[in-house]
Formats: sequence, C-alpha cells, structure tokens
Amino acid sequence: MGEAERESIPAWSLPADAVDQIALPHRWPERVTREWAFGDSQGSGVQVCILDSGVERGHPLVGEVERAVFVEMGEDGNPVVSEDEEGDMCGHGTACAGIVRALAPRCSLVSVRVLGAGYTGSGPVLLAGLRWAIEQGFDVINMSLSTTKQQFAGLLHELADSAYFKRSVLVASAHNMPVESYPWRFSSVISVGSHEGTDPLTWYYNPEPPVEFFARGVGIDVAWMDGGELRVTGNSFATPHITGICALMLGAHPELTPFQLKNVLYLTATNVGGADE
Amino acid sequence: MSEDRFRAAVAAGLAGSEESYGELLRSIVQVARAIFGAKGSSIWLLDEETDELVVEAVAREEDRGLLGMRMPSGQGVAGWVLTTRQPIVIEDVQSDPRHAKDVAERTGYVPKGLMAVPVLHEERALGVLQVLDRQTTFSLGEMDVLGMFANQAAIALDLLLRARTAKHVLEGADAESAAVARLAAALDELEGDRREAGLALMRALEDLLRK
Repeated sequence: MGEAERESIPAWSLPADAVDQIALPHRWPERVTREWAFGDSQGSGVQVCILDSGVERGHPLVGEVERAVFVEMGEDGNPVVSEDEEGDMCGHGTACAGIVRALAPRCSLVSVRVLGAGYTGSGPVLLAGLRWAIEQGFDVINMSLSTTKQQFAGLLHELADSAYFKRSVLVASAHNMPVESYPWRFSSVISVGSHEGTDPLTWYYNPEPPVEFFARGVGIDVAWMDGGELRVTGNSFATPHITGICALMLGAHPELTPFQLKNVLYLTATNVGGADE
Repeated sequence: MSEDRFRAAVAAGLAGSEESYGELLRSIVQVARAIFGAKGSSIWLLDEETDELVVEAVAREEDRGLLGMRMPSGQGVAGWVLTTRQPIVIEDVQSDPRHAKDVAERTGYVPKGLMAVPVLHEERALGVLQVLDRQTTFSLGEMDVLGMFANQAAIALDLLLRARTAKHVLEGADAESAAVARLAAALDELEGDRREAGLALMRALEDLLRK
C-alpha cells in the first residue's frame, strides 16, 4: 500500500512500519514540572472561546476580543449564528474573559453569546453555539454553564466527544447541587469546582471524580459590565482559571491533545507535583 | 357522584393548597434570611408561557409589594442563574451600574450583595432563590446550604405548580384534562359489575397508553 493510500485510511490499527510516523514531537521530561508545562508562556497563539452571556469589548480587564458572535433561534426554528454587536447581557461572560486574560495575557479571545435571550430555547441555542465553536477549532472552550435537560444530554455528549477528538478542550463548571447536569460529568471534558484559596495558580486534582479539578472560585475581583468590577464567588469563576492555565500550557506546547493536556494539569496540580517547585 | 359533585370533591381537596404551599415557600425564604443574617430573600418562579421570572415569595413583610413582579427570564444575574443552572455570589452589586439602575427602578431597593441559586426539580429549572445583603463572611459551605434550601424550595414550587394545574383543570380551562376529569366522574358513578368492567377498561387503557 502506498503512503498516500495509507494516509486516507483512518488510524484504527498500527502496522509495524508505521510506528515511526506517530513519534511524539519531542520526548517528555522525566518529571513534568510547571516550568516545563508553561514556563513563561503567556498563551500566545492559543484561541480561547467564552461560551456565555457575551463579552464586553474594550473592557480594560479584557482587552481585545478577536471575534464575537451570538446564537438565536431563527424563524424556521433552527438556530442562527450572527456577528454580535451587543456585548454582554449580564456581566458574567466579561468576568470569565477577564479571568482568562489575567492568566494568559496574549491568548486570543472569542465570544460566543448563547445566554440572555431568555429561558425558552436556551437549550438548542447552547448546543448550536457549542457546535459552532467546535467547528471553528478553538483550542479551549470555556463553559461556565450546565443543563439538566435529559433531551440535550445525548447531543452534548456527542459534541463533547467530537471536541475531544478535534483537539478542542472543553472546560466546564461542575455543579454542587443534588441534580444530574451536563456537560461537566462527561469524561471528555475538564470539570472544575472551587477551592477557597486566593492564588489563581493554585489548582488541585480531585481523586474522587466526577469533579476533576478545583481552582480559585471564592471572592474574586472580576471585570463586569460598563467597564466595572465586582467581587464574585462560584464554580463558574473557577472554570476560567483552569481555562487560562490550559491556554498557558497550549501556548508552550501546542501539540498537546486534550488527553495529554489533562495529564499535564494533573501532574502539575498543587496537590500532585505542582507545589514542589 | 355527578361530574359537578366530583369536581366539588376534588376542589375541596385542593382548597387552601395554594395558600399552604405559598406559606411553605415563605417559610423557606424566612429561614434562608435568618441563617445568612440577610436583609432579604426571595423566590422567583419561571412562567414558561411568558418566558418571565415572577416573584413568588418574599421573606420580609415590607417586600410583599414585590410579589407578582415580573422580568424577562434572560435578564440580569437571576436570568443567568436560571439558564446556566449555576449558583453565583456577588459581593458588590452597586458597582454594576446597569443592574443597579434596573433593580432600583423595579424594587426601590438596591442590594449591595446577593447570592442566587437555581431552583431545580428533576430536570426542570423552576426558578431562582435569592438572598440579599447577608452579614456573614462567605464560605463555600454557605453555597451548599443555599443549595439545600433551593432543593426544598423546588419541592414546594413543584407542589404549588401541580395545585395550580389541577385548579386550571377544574375550572375547565384545559379541555383535554377536563375530559379525563369527566371520565373519572363517570367511573365514580358506576356500581357493581358495571363498575368492575369500567375499572378493567381503565386498567387496559392505562396499559395501552404506557406502552
């Protein structure tokens, strides 16, 4: 079989003479440290998508927003994606964008507004927004939101898996309420809960999933609407901390797959190897 | 029993239920207010028909004027909490000028801080529970406590909604459900063999519909 023919066949198996073709770009260090994981990275070249209530353009804590779109239900009942001139409908998306920007100052931010138009229709709009974000190939997608609707769980699961294989990392807020909710429970996403510490670069791996990581989520000063600032608490603010850290890691190592990235997050977590440095 | 008498019997069962569930909701927000040492607490119910949030219960007597107040379900922090199912704590609402102005116009009172948590029952988001201007310093444990209150509120709200639906049916506003009520009334009037046959038919119908 010629080289061209082999490339057209999905890699469902690995013939002996193809082993060299899947060599990793470089050897991993004996010990994965934060210095290796992100060093002095500022997130350059990494596209981060904020799937939320929109992001206020020109907010001093957010800086440049590369692109902003919003999703709404069209007249034919199908969701439509359009360029967004409105900015933020409640302040939350701006807060998340500001947290990511503070950690990864040189990453590129894209806003996908899926909230603010009302409760009715919010499920299909969320799914359409996520689908669009995955199609664009954003490196990291921040989802400080969840749904409890069973009818969306299957589709969300498919989307989360497709993101995982397309190298888009989904970072999703965990839920601390006694209900089943998604997408944070899926193993193809990185799920985040809160710790009470004040260091944005302190994160913990949870040996008792489904919540996999804890990041700063209490008493955080964030960007809000009209150039303002607020002090806030919630898992939805812990999530963009992990998003920002992922952007730093992908800035230093763009080749990392979501699987590898989650491993690096684990190995450098404060309660694993990250506190020894 | 005639259809009218059947309706009267069901109505008697429902009588006062709205008030009782309303009292339960009020007691939930009163306890939430007391535990967090807060100035106020309220429950907003989602009206799915109009896609609005409606104030259903308040903790303080002087806030009773807010009952029935409405706002679009996608608006502000409460709308965000409802749609994303994520709890949130905001320490300084007043530095959010747009929000403050909006709330002040509606309520005449601008809270300095708020905790808001979605009221979830099974897979449905029924509304939002808010606690305004608490005095204690915040911990993650408090968020869990608020979540537990929201769970109680969810059960109370679910009961309230069921009672309202039943009332709606009794008033004949819902033609399909009223047909079921008439069937139940007709069955209730049967005696002896005919009653047995009627019950068997209903069981068969139930089997058929559940398949």
